[in-house]
Amino acid sequence: MVYPTAFQSYITNQQERHRKKTFREERVAFLRKLEVDFLPPNAIDKKENSMQTQSPTKKLTGIAKCPTGIRGLDEITDGGLPKGRPTLICGAAGCGKTLLATEFIVRGAGEFNEPGVFMAFEETGKELADNVASLGFDLASLIRHKKVVVDHVRIERSEIEETGEYDLEGLFIRLGAAIDGIGAKRVVLDSIEELFAGLPNQAIVRSELRRLFLWLKDKGVTAVITGEQGEKTLTRHGLEEYISDCVIFLDHRVNNQIATRRLRIVKYRGSAHGTNEYPTLIDQQGLSVLPISSLGLNYPVSSERVSSGIPRLDTMLGGKGYFKGSSILLSGTAGSGKTSIASAFANSVCQSGGRCLYWSSEESPGQIVRDMASIGFDLDRHVRKNLLRFHSIRPTLYGLENHLVVLHKMVTEFRPDALIMDPITNLTAVGNDAEIKGMLTRVIDFLKNEGITAIFTSLTAGGTILEQSEVGVSSLMDAWLLLSMVQSASERNRVLYLLKSRGMDHSNQMREFVLTGNGIELVDVYAGLDTVYTGAARLSQKARDEAEALARRQAEDRRQRDLDMERRSLQTQLDALQTRLANITAEQELGLSQEKLRDDADQRTESQMARARKAD
Amino acid sequence: MSKRKAQQPENDRWQLRLYVAGQTPKSIAAMSNLKRLCETHMAGHYEIEVIDLLKNPKLAAGDQILAIPTLVRKLPAPVKKIIGDLSDEVRTLVGLDVRPAQPPGAIRDSKVMDL
Repeated sequence: MVYPTAFQSYITNQQERHRKKTFREERVAFLRKLEVDFLPPNAIDKKENSMQTQSPTKKLTGIAKCPTGIRGLDEITDGGLPKGRPTLICGAAGCGKTLLATEFIVRGAGEFNEPGVFMAFEETGKELADNVASLGFDLASLIRHKKVVVDHVRIERSEIEETGEYDLEGLFIRLGAAIDGIGAKRVVLDSIEELFAGLPNQAIVRSELRRLFLWLKDKGVTAVITGEQGEKTLTRHGLEEYISDCVIFLDHRVNNQIATRRLRIVKYRGSAHGTNEYPTLIDQQGLSVLPISSLGLNYPVSSERVSSGIPRLDTMLGGKGYFKGSSILLSGTAGSGKTSIASAFANSVCQSGGRCLYWSSEESPGQIVRDMASIGFDLDRHVRKNLLRFHSIRPTLYGLENHLVVLHKMVTEFRPDALIMDPITNLTAVGNDAEIKGMLTRVIDFLKNEGITAIFTSLTAGGTILEQSEVGVSSLMDAWLLLSMVQSASERNRVLYLLKSRGMDHSNQMREFVLTGNGIELVDVYAGLDTVYTGAARLSQKARDEAEALARRQAEDRRQRDLDMERRSLQTQLDALQTRLANITAEQELGLSQEKLRDDADQRTESQMARARKAD
Repeated sequence: MSKRKAQQPENDRWQLRLYVAGQTPKSIAAMSNLKRLCETHMAGHYEIEVIDLLKNPKLAAGDQILAIPTLVRKLPAPVKKIIGDLSDEVRTLVGLDVRPAQPPGAIRDSKVMDL
């Protein structure tokens, strides 16, 4: 009976596998028997015992992981790709599949000392090397040092004529030679779907692919296979049927003229993994994934305080300033002084030796430095000492996720003590309120984990209720400083007050502040019955108060003088009486003493006379 | 080896290379099919080289060999590749671009179209 060729090859494969399996089993049984026959009798008992005691105490570990070295990917896969098993990377054209695969190999060879083989079906070795040179990967040098082998497989459909039964053993031999040649532990097949395009017999290709992946597993190499996205399936030719250990999907979407790249782990057998879509960024250092949702609400909290840069504001903040690591919202209408207060904070941080990162979406660094110099903050000095770094960027340059990734990278690289985002309301150009709030939640979570104090300025449109922050983020903030312009008579003056400040007893006073050439000064409060006086009204009130104080002082002085005089007159009277008293006392004493003298004299005379008369 | 333009292609030197991987049934079938084919259509003008990739794996990269068995026609140019065990003779001949030799004794009729 003649079977059709495909079925025939399937049967041969099945028989082959069965034969191998039975042979393997027989070999194992034989060896075991050998062991038992030749070991001394005691050893068997000991071995059995040790095996029994071993299993209850043996700790169950998960599958082994192969770290990729790609920032963020190792975190969301909980250690990396499954070791010794194939992983499928699928996505539309231009998503970064080849880049991911190349980075896997290059970082494996460079950072983890695992040689790798790159079987390229689409690009030549030189093209690959050129493409990744811009990322700083020196593929040529790795090839020279025998850490990486790049094998270009060219399949030209027009050259090939099919004339009977065949298998893809040639591919196996090439791959095997490459792997054994350098002792590779990592293999990339990019992209193996070219086989479907090049070879006419789909059935043979499918069965050989199945055999290939089993063979790769047997070899113990961690394989990464790329495949292009299909219409309704993950890959065009259904590779996901064969590679089911780990599937990663790359996506490249354009939304509102902004393009974002995303990565999603569709499945990962044998391991916990992040299941959401994560934004990814391709830049000068390769691919990076931002594992944003992996941060929980459990971050370390500090009781240290940082000064706001304005001493009297510190007093309003419970006496010492903001909490370290807290998030502060500075909202206000146009021209109310948000950037100035934020710069005061930056200045104070840098002056005490800390580092500050200033993210600006409105003004260029030069403009901010110039403007702040006019109120007495020398930010240029801090920039030169590399304590203050500016990052000015229009929000429409890329999507929200990319802003997040860029911020993440800058913070990780620069390690600032403080961050200022000025203003955040510009981000509405690239996302709606919910998305912005989501992004800010992640930013704040990340910053709190790092213990970085952050100030966010927000522009409230004139005419709206001031206490409604435009993107609804006030609940994320620990402190909210509201700046407003108070109108009185023919002028407007700047006033600030603390709407909330978690964890400290803060002032509830509305304070006027002025931007002077020596910095920001909070002015003394002149409070009336129901309002605080600002500007000219304050000055007039101040004058009035001073006049009143003067009048009171004068009245008091007069009263003092009157009392003084009265006291003096009484004092004189008292003196006169006392003198008379002294006189009388003296006279009395004089009288008494004279009397005594006379008595004495009389007695003496008597005694003399008696002696003279010789009477006694 | 003369490289004169082929006016009668079947008279040129044929250089064929057969890639196999060990002695599998397909490889043996391919070899025997090839020998028979060459004897029939290019008697005396051909040269077959058999390369066993299990012994020399590095040679697979040179000719970009993926399928086994593969027959590569090196000469005359251009290079042609034929995969399979060559059991389909017509397709093999088409692939190699060989004019099949007429069996001896056949009537050459000018009106009959040459294959």
